[in-house]
Formats: sequence, structure tokens, C-alpha cells
Amino acid sequence: MLSNDISVILPELLLAVFAMASLMIGVWSKKQEAVSNLILWATAIIFVVFGAWIGLSPEGTSTAFNGAFVNDGFARFSKVVMLWGGASMMVLSRDYLLKNDLLKYEYPALITLAMVGMMMMVSAGDLMALYMGLELQSLSLYVIAAFRRDSLRSTEAGLKYFVLGALSSGLLLYGASLVYGYTGTTSFTAISSVVTLEGVSLGLLFGLVFLATGMAFKVSAAPFHMWTPDVYEGSPTPVTGFFATAPKVAAAAMFARVLFDAFGEAVSDWQQILVFLSIASMFLGSIAAIGQKNIKRLMAYSSIAHMGFALMGLAAGTEEGAQSLLIYLAIYVTMNVGVFAFILNMERDGRPILSIDSLGMYSRVAPGRALALAILMFSLAGIPPLVGFFGKFYVLSAAVDAGLIWLAVAGVIASVIGAYYYLRIIFLMYFGEQTEGLNGTMPAAHWVFLGGAAAAMVLGVYNLFGVESIAGIAAATLIH
Amino acid sequence: MEYLPILIFLGLAIALGLILILAAVIVAVKNPDPEKVSAYECGFDPFDDSRMRFDVRYYLVAILFIIFDLEIAFLFPWATAFQDIGLLGFWSMIVFLGVLTVGFAYEWKKGALEWD
Repeated sequence: MLSNDISVILPELLLAVFAMASLMIGVWSKKQEAVSNLILWATAIIFVVFGAWIGLSPEGTSTAFNGAFVNDGFARFSKVVMLWGGASMMVLSRDYLLKNDLLKYEYPALITLAMVGMMMMVSAGDLMALYMGLELQSLSLYVIAAFRRDSLRSTEAGLKYFVLGALSSGLLLYGASLVYGYTGTTSFTAISSVVTLEGVSLGLLFGLVFLATGMAFKVSAAPFHMWTPDVYEGSPTPVTGFFATAPKVAAAAMFARVLFDAFGEAVSDWQQILVFLSIASMFLGSIAAIGQKNIKRLMAYSSIAHMGFALMGLAAGTEEGAQSLLIYLAIYVTMNVGVFAFILNMERDGRPILSIDSLGMYSRVAPGRALALAILMFSLAGIPPLVGFFGKFYVLSAAVDAGLIWLAVAGVIASVIGAYYYLRIIFLMYFGEQTEGLNGTMPAAHWVFLGGAAAAMVLGVYNLFGVESIAGIAAATLIH
Repeated sequence: MEYLPILIFLGLAIALGLILILAAVIVAVKNPDPEKVSAYECGFDPFDDSRMRFDVRYYLVAILFIIFDLEIAFLFPWATAFQDIGLLGFWSMIVFLGVLTVGFAYEWKKGALEWD
């Protein structure tokens, strides 16, 4: 019994042990810098290997600890995206950390702990397991947001993230307690059977709304997005890049799991909440990003808009919707890895420059990089031949098939508005004013990620690298 | 009748309390000065701006205290239910304590327990 439980959570267990081991090795070592470097690489390699291990493990659903932990296709898909996205950001962050004297072994250790929390979140089959994973993730992320301790901005980001994150956790916990009070159980399958038998009572609906609010905070959906721009801007750039990849996937997947696993029989009760969150996020993200001068703030608003699209898939409340959510998240992470590989190398004379105006006529300075970024921006905007378009296409068609035609129309309008600021970056790079721009070089490893992401956006048009069918299988395990 | 021990206990408590206060009034040396008679608050001026700055190390100590305080909060119910939870319950707590020990070793080695 116990050995079976342990075999189900083995990847998480090993990652947790690895995080603790790296902390112990780091604190007892004499040569901090060399050991930190080693731990960082080891973490990245372990993420990649674990991603492959989880991805290649046999299909089927297994549960552990009386259903508190569920390992199914949906969880595995999310975990692979998170682990590989996290590994990419880990490799990309090394040079920045080294340059800014931030290369400490605590950084990979904290990210590993956050990763364990995220894997727990997407595998949760119980409100308590969900909260435990969420808090492990959140607490680790608060710390790395403030990782640059001598920077006012970074500590401010960490504090803001902490205060608002604590508020959202409180709301979520309040919702969980209401759900428990009105169903008498914390297990998702048991909640689902209560909902099937008795429907959603008013108290349970309140619980559901509070749960949704807490989770909307975590995915940074409007109107619960206000922490995102400040945290993205203030955190060290590699941390921002990490925030934009794995935690977004984890939060959105957790959202889907709660709604489908626990409240799958009450789609009509939560659909309107999701529709509202989706529309608000898409429009706020698209409109508020127009005035931004700082590229990290721009990416923050872009992430809000993209989460709006991801939630559109969720709002559909169908298997197709869950599939489109997973496809969207996988594409979104790939694009962000590429964009942050670029942002991490935006510098003049060795100092990081984050203003968008510095990109003026960048195509003359570094044509290759400008082209790769242009492709990624086209893809983020969802311009047809590129992969980013297909992400949007899947969520829109899921919404249309679920009868939410006006939601899809709103999505298209928001997408057109949002295209403006992505295209502005391309315009600046190719036709903008010559400014005293960027002149940094780019390490080969970063080129691989930037070029690779851009190439994936073009080549993926052929069959999305098979993600569609894998996401379909994964989504099918979520819907009962 | 079964509450008699409590009554005796109450009586003893009141009597002992009175004896100690009266003994202090009668026997103790009285030598008051302004510092002694002023209101006392641990570590701070009792009447001052509440937005004063204080050393960040207080904060660190408070956090470390919270961790071990919570550990005790988990240990008590565990100890009470020890007969019923079996070997699994025992080892769960040992693993939990092991994880805490890792954190403790880290903070100790890092120097968080040294005041200067």
C-alpha cells in the first residue's frame, strides 16, 4: 500500500530530496561559486531527465494517499511542460546571475522546491493536497522574486507578491473551507459525487467562487492581476522569465483540475465566472500593454492577455476546451522561453536595458536576433501562419463549439487590439528611429533557445510536433 | 462530591496568591525609582511612536521561532495519538523532523543563529 503510494509520487519525492541535498551541499562547501554553478547545471539536467521520465512513463491513471495525489495524463502533460520550461529558464538564467553576482545555490534549490509544489498542484486530488502544493510553490516564488536583496525594486516585488499572494491564498482557503462545510469532504471525487447527487447549493457556490478567485490570482487573470506588472518588472529578469513559464502552467492546470475534477458536473455554475475572467483578462492585457515602455512590464500585460485566452478554453467546459488549454499553455511557454532568451541579453555596455525604445533599428545591429524576435512577436500576436495562431485557433474553436460564440468574437477583437503592441516592437526594430541602442553579444546557449523557439514557431505549423494528439489524450483523462 | 478536588485546588490557589502578595507588601524592601515604577514592555519604550525601526534580526528570530513553534503544534497531537497511528505515523513524523533538521542545519551553518 505505502510502497505503491511512494512509487506514484517518486518523481516529486526525489526532487524534494534533491532540493534538500543541494541546500546541504551548498551550505557546507568552501567554493560557493563553483558549487552553485554545478548545482544549477545539475538542477537543469535533472529537470530535463525527469521531464523525459514522466513523459515516457506508461499511460493510465494512478492515485496515491487515498486519492489525494493523482497521476494521470493531464498531470503528466503539465509536468513535462513545466519541467522543460523550468530547465530552459535555468540554463538561460546562468549568465545573468553570474554577471550580477546572484549565482547562489539557493536559487536552483528554491526553484526545485517551487517545481515540487507545482507538480503537487497539478496532481492534487484533494483540496488539502492542492493547498499544500500551492503554498510550497508560492513561498518559494516570493523568495526568488526578492532574490536581488540589494535592489529596492526586487525587494518591493517580493513583498508585493507576498502580501497579495497571501491574500489570495486566504481567499482560496476560505473557499476551500466553505466547500468542505457544504459537502463534508475535501476529496475532488467525493465533492463531484455530492454535486451530482444534490446539485450546487448556495453555500457551495460561494465556496466555488472564492476558490475561483484565489486561483484567478495565481494565474493573474483580470481583475486579480494587479500584482503581475510590478512583480514582473521588479524581479531579476531570469526570475521574471521563470514566472512567465512554469508557474503559469501550474496555476492554469490546477484551475482546470479543480473545475473539472470537483465541479465537472456543474459546468453551468462556473462557466460564467470563467467567461468574465477570460474577457476581462484579454481586454485588460491587450489595452494596458499599449502604453508600456518597459519590456518586462509589457510581457506582464501580455501574460495577462494570454491567460485570458487560456481561460477561454477552460470556460468552454468541454474536453476539447481542456485540450485547447493544454496546447495553448505549451505554445505559450515555448514562446516565452524564446522571448526571455532575448530580453536577458538586452544590454548596452554590459548594463541591462529594458526600455522598448532601445530596440530602434535593432535589425541593423543584430539581424539574426531581430528576425527571431520578430517571428516570436508575430507568433505571440497570433498572426496566421505561425504556431501562436494555432494556439488561439484551438481555444476559439473550443469556445465556439461550446456555444460561446460571442466570447470567441470578443477574443478575436482583443487579439486584434493586442497585435498592436507586438507589431510595434517589430516596427521599432525594422523601421524605428535609430537610438543609442543595444550592443551586447549573446552567448551561444541563449541563441539556441531564441533561435529554437523561433524555428519551432515556424516549423510547428506542420503538425505542432504532435502536441495536439498528446494534449487530446491528456485532456481525456481529466473529463470523466 | 466529585468536584471536591477542584474546590480544594481553587481554595489553595486563592490562599497561595494572597499569601504571596501580602508577603511582598509586608516583608519586601521598598526603594522605588522612576524606572522601576514605569510601565514595562519587553525591549521597547512603552510610550513611543509605534512606527519605530527595529533590528531585522528580531524578524529572523521570530521566523525561526514560528517554525519550531509549529513543529511543537504538530508533535502534540502526534504524541497523543501515538498508540493508534502505528509505524506509518511514527515514520511520517520522523521524516518531517528530518526535513526540519535540514532547514535547521542550513540556517545554523548560514549564521542565522549568531547575533552579531
